[in-house]
Amino acid sequence: MNDSSAVRSVVVEREFGFPSEKLWRALTQPHLIEEWLMKNDFKPVVGHQFNLRGDWGGTLDCEVLTVEPNKTLAYTWNYAHDDAAFNLKSVVTFTLTPTRTGTLLRVEQVGFRPEQKQAHGGAKYGWQQFLSKLDEALGRIE
Amino acid sequence: MSNPPDTLFRTLADPTRRAIFEHLCREGEQTVGALTERAQISQPAVSKHLGVLKQAGLVSDRHEGRMTHYSAQPGALAPLIDWTRQMAGFWQRRFDALEDLLKRMDQ
Repeated sequence: MNDSSAVRSVVVEREFGFPSEKLWRALTQPHLIEEWLMKNDFKPVVGHQFNLRGDWGGTLDCEVLTVEPNKTLAYTWNYAHDDAAFNLKSVVTFTLTPTRTGTLLRVEQVGFRPEQKQAHGGAKYGWQQFLSKLDEALGRIE
Repeated sequence: MSNPPDTLFRTLADPTRRAIFEHLCREGEQTVGALTERAQISQPAVSKHLGVLKQAGLVSDRHEGRMTHYSAQPGALAPLIDWTRQMAGFWQRRFDALEDLLKRMDQ
């Protein structure tokens, strides 16, 4: 098993009834980022290193990778944890596309957890099936 | 939450234990007696399974008189939950908050 097999990706899209300029402000101004995402010391400058601080006490280490005003924003989203199972290295990319009535916002997070081999191996024991039955209980987990 | 994933996998590899845990997730808190009635195995066997589940952090117990009540701790499953599902839920909730913010913001 090599690293690439551990790559995970998630995409969430939503159309907002607002112009892309307004969404861009919400994505790039620290006091606005704090209102919908986390406390931060973000700057829209490629290479800027910053932290996102979650309510749960965890801190994400981030570095700005891409800044194309009103179009694309990307930064790393890394989480170092004493327990390797919680380690995460990932990149988050926001893409804004104007639509007839507003803006389509797409967030893609691509990452991997190098120490997750047991979790992958677990799939063959039917864990997915087992876990899917627990939907209701798991919905309560942040 | 701090148990390494392999402990969780070992604990849940046993179908009887998995059934007990699943039942607690669905039905909420149960006594050993109630669990034994369902499980079709002896009460000591059920107690032993509950002990293993407790060590893995998957159940907690509460003593009331002579009765011990067990409840599921689904949070202990966190390391096993599919990352994609977790993060998709995270971003959906953040987008909800973003939508609220956009409505409040000046043009």
